[in-house]
Amino acid sequence: MQMPSPNTAILARKAELAAKLSTVLPQDALIQDEAETRAYECDALTAYRCPPMLVVLPRTTQEVSDVLRVCHQMGVPVVPRGAGTSLAGGALPTADCVILGVARMNDVLETDYDNRIIRVQTGRTNLSVSGAVEEEDFFYAPDPSSQLACAIAGNIAMNSGGAHCLKYGVTTNNLMGVTLVMMDGTVVEIGGAHLDAGGLDLLGVICGSEGQLGVVTEATLRILRKPEGARPVLIGYDSNEVAGACVSDIIKAGVLPVAIEFMDRPCIEACEAFAKAGYPMCEALLIIEVEGSPEEIDHQLGLIIEIARSHNPVELREAQDADEAGRIWLGRKSAFGAMGQINDYMCLDGTIPVTELPYVLRRIGELSKQYGLGVANVFHAGDGNMHPLILFDANKPGDLELCEDMGAEILKLCVEVGGCLTGEHGVGVEKRDLMLHQYSPEDLEAQLKVKDVFDPQWLLNPAKVFPLSVTEGRRAVELIK
Amino acid sequence: MKKMMLKPRTETELAEMIAGATGPLAFCGGGTRGFDVAGEALTTSGLSGVELYEPGALTMVARAGTPVAEIEALLAENGQRLAFEPMDHRGLLGTEGVPTIGGVFAANISGPRRIQVGAARDFLLGVRFVDGTGQVVKNGGRVMKNVTGYDLVKLMSGAHGTLGVLSEVSFKVLPRPEVAATVVVQDVDLEVAVQVMSAALGSPFDVTGAAYDPVERRAYVRIEGFAGSVDYRVGRLVADLARFGAVQQVNDSENLWRGIRDVSAFHGNAGDVWRISVKPSDAVELAEQLQAEALQFDWGGGLIWALVPAGTDLRARIAVPGHATLMRAGAETRGRLGQFQPEPAPLAAISAELRAKFDPRGILNTGLMG
Ligand SMILES: Cc1cc2nc3c(=O)[nH]c(=O)nc-3n(C[C@H](O)[C@H](O)[C@H](O)COP(=O)(O)OP(=O)(O)OC[C@H]3O[C@@H](n4cnc5c(N)ncnc54)[C@H](O)[C@@H]3O)c2cc1C
Ligand SMILES: Cc1cc2nc3c(=O)[nH]c(=O)nc-3n(C[C@H](O)[C@H](O)[C@H](O)COP(=O)(O)OP(=O)(O)OC[C@H]3O[C@@H](n4cnc5c(N)ncnc54)[C@H](O)[C@@H]3O)c2cc1C
Repeated sequence: MQMPSPNTAILARKAELAAKLSTVLPQDALIQDEAETRAYECDALTAYRCPPMLVVLPRTTQEVSDVLRVCHQMGVPVVPRGAGTSLAGGALPTADCVILGVARMNDVLETDYDNRIIRVQTGRTNLSVSGAVEEEDFFYAPDPSSQLACAIAGNIAMNSGGAHCLKYGVTTNNLMGVTLVMMDGTVVEIGGAHLDAGGLDLLGVICGSEGQLGVVTEATLRILRKPEGARPVLIGYDSNEVAGACVSDIIKAGVLPVAIEFMDRPCIEACEAFAKAGYPMCEALLIIEVEGSPEEIDHQLGLIIEIARSHNPVELREAQDADEAGRIWLGRKSAFGAMGQINDYMCLDGTIPVTELPYVLRRIGELSKQYGLGVANVFHAGDGNMHPLILFDANKPGDLELCEDMGAEILKLCVEVGGCLTGEHGVGVEKRDLMLHQYSPEDLEAQLKVKDVFDPQWLLNPAKVFPLSVTEGRRAVELIK
Repeated sequence: MKKMMLKPRTETELAEMIAGATGPLAFCGGGTRGFDVAGEALTTSGLSGVELYEPGALTMVARAGTPVAEIEALLAENGQRLAFEPMDHRGLLGTEGVPTIGGVFAANISGPRRIQVGAARDFLLGVRFVDGTGQVVKNGGRVMKNVTGYDLVKLMSGAHGTLGVLSEVSFKVLPRPEVAATVVVQDVDLEVAVQVMSAALGSPFDVTGAAYDPVERRAYVRIEGFAGSVDYRVGRLVADLARFGAVQQVNDSENLWRGIRDVSAFHGNAGDVWRISVKPSDAVELAEQLQAEALQFDWGGGLIWALVPAGTDLRARIAVPGHATLMRAGAETRGRLGQFQPEPAPLAAISAELRAKFDPRGILNTGLMG
């Protein structure tokens, strides 16, 4: 993976930049010391690291605006950062950039149960948004597995999803408004407590723009009343095909579970070894969860079980109580940790049409043999969002590269069957160079035009999302004044 | 003599027509909107047909000019539907023609169920469109989760053809529920009705419609799903909402909700019709500000339909945050007031620049959105 070489003219003006920033920020909000900036050298894609030139940690929208104005005037690139849990390298710095972290902006600004909204500063963590409305039995629906750590800022920038998005949608479907600071320091309000945009749907394009269009400092989010209850069922099959067919039949039957999770044998084995959840050893496991009152849950699970039985499961386990439900989820929730125990792994995030599931799993198996690297599959089956985990050994020279090559093959396969490179993690630097497999140069040009409008000088997170060769002319604009 | 309407049969033809256009073009799908944009007329109705439908994957891909009715019929055969409940504007606007799926997404049209399942834009998974230079562009895809690059799908939905003409749309569909029922709270004023709707929408009972008719003084709360589950939830809501007034259950409520969706109360009435989106709890204050001849409320109070004497500048009366669209009015009024809410200056500048990028010659539905 390549990053643009740092602009030496910018590096030479570090002291001047720091001096200007210190006039608009409290002392503790500017980090210059190299030992401290190192803490920001990477996100959760730890294979790539680069300490930034400076780090700023503003507390207000005004401070964000001031910082951006200064950087804009001096032509300094800015990389926004939430909690740094991106798996795509979205928050990876360049040596000549300022990291603008919103982690200190974590206030709840308004909760309004009558209108079912909450307004927060975006440095607030995902889970603590739900935490803020929990006592009234409300919650914020998008629930990435990283929800304890990740911030709403990154959720908006990546349009993050979660296990329950089959029913509740992803971030963009639960975001009603933002305060956005543009690169030149202009503060704009988009959307709010009312529904839908009056003009163009700018909110829709900002969500998922990976920190390239502006810095989001505040957000209005939709909150929902908690369901009365939820219960999972665990179903095992001796083939991926049959498990896939079962999922398809459930959806066709009109049952809409909140979650349908799928694990294949390598994943089941690893989870079982790690979490001892009592999973059956079989080729494919489904965990399907439904919500409602106890009677409603019984009814829906009844329908699901009837369909599941018609496909001859090797195991069928309905949670009788909270304890059993917890155990069913335990293995799945610790899947990533389990894999981390036995190996280094790379987590992919392609999405495929659910009907292609058996074919894609078979092809992944073949690629696994061809490359000599193990793959465990765990994913959101209801919406086709795959998470193949490719196992490799970081200490073995060449293994990471082999793993990346194989990952690229799998993602190309996802695109080939009608899917996409990333369902919820974002492009970042990780999938940047694969973009031309999904989109033509003209398709990408249309996206670049949007960035041209919001950030004409290409200063915000400029080395992400698009292949560097495609953005070269735009990033090369001479800025130093 | 009336000029022939341009009617491309393929996306390539559409692209050629736009590339070769020498002046402004005014688009329509089925033309249920009626033209008030200057330019040569171009209809997408020749780009018709469902290209892919996978009930088990809840997805459909269709050419933009496909009639909505054709899509709904095909979905119904498989027990599915367009869950965002797009309205049929013909009754309200007094127009004829065949609404197209491209028009529905281009205008981001959603009905009562929007409050629970999301808007049209939330169901749109992918688009192919032709921009103002004649370039064909694709964005998104046909899978339900996709964050690959910028979401131009949302940008195109609601752009009313000003950034490009949709040639193909892929979208998510949902199962049609077994039954629906409506809880009616009788004889309540607007203030109480908003409380009723807020209580219902804040319950764990998955309410899929919350509307108020000030003439009948009735608040309506819709529940859908499996029969047993609907019975249960209706029971709970009836018990809970009784504190606001006399409560009644209506089982056969399809026509009721179609009327709410299509604002049938205003069909054939003289006057202009406005559609206003606000925070639900602002509805009471807003209703006073509007001084309208008639009002209808949907989305828990957040969507307000107002009937006012022709030529009224209703936006000038609104003092709460939100936006107001002029849905039905004479050409003079539409020209003077604009159909769409003017955006605050910085957003208007962004929108204008986006239009200039996608349509550098300014020929796509020129002036429609600013
Ligand atoms: C163990 C683990 C599990 C995960 N599970 C999931 C999952 O289930 N679903 C899922 O979708 N993701 C998941 N992720 C990925 C990650 O958590 C999400 O992408 C998350 O939204 C990133 O949030 P963050 O605050 O950490 O953002 P960062 O990593 O700090 O930044 C992410 C991107 O957002 C931009 N950004 C940050 N702040 C702002 C701002 N204020 N304004 C504009 N742009 C900004 C950055 O520039 C960067 O491009 C997981 C990650 C880990 C490590
Ligand atoms: C905010 C709003 C305002 C409306 N205003 C009016 C109004 O003033 N008068 C009226 O009669 N109806 C209006 N409608 C109704 C609505 O436009 C139609 O009922 C609906 O679009 C049905 O589809 P159609 O094919 O008939 O679309 P049309 O009425 O033909 O077109 C609707 C809009 O979408 C655009 N469009 C259509 N097809 C495409 C395409 N393939 N690609 C890009 N753009 C396309 C058109 O240029 C037009 O701006 C409005 C709807 C909304 C949501």
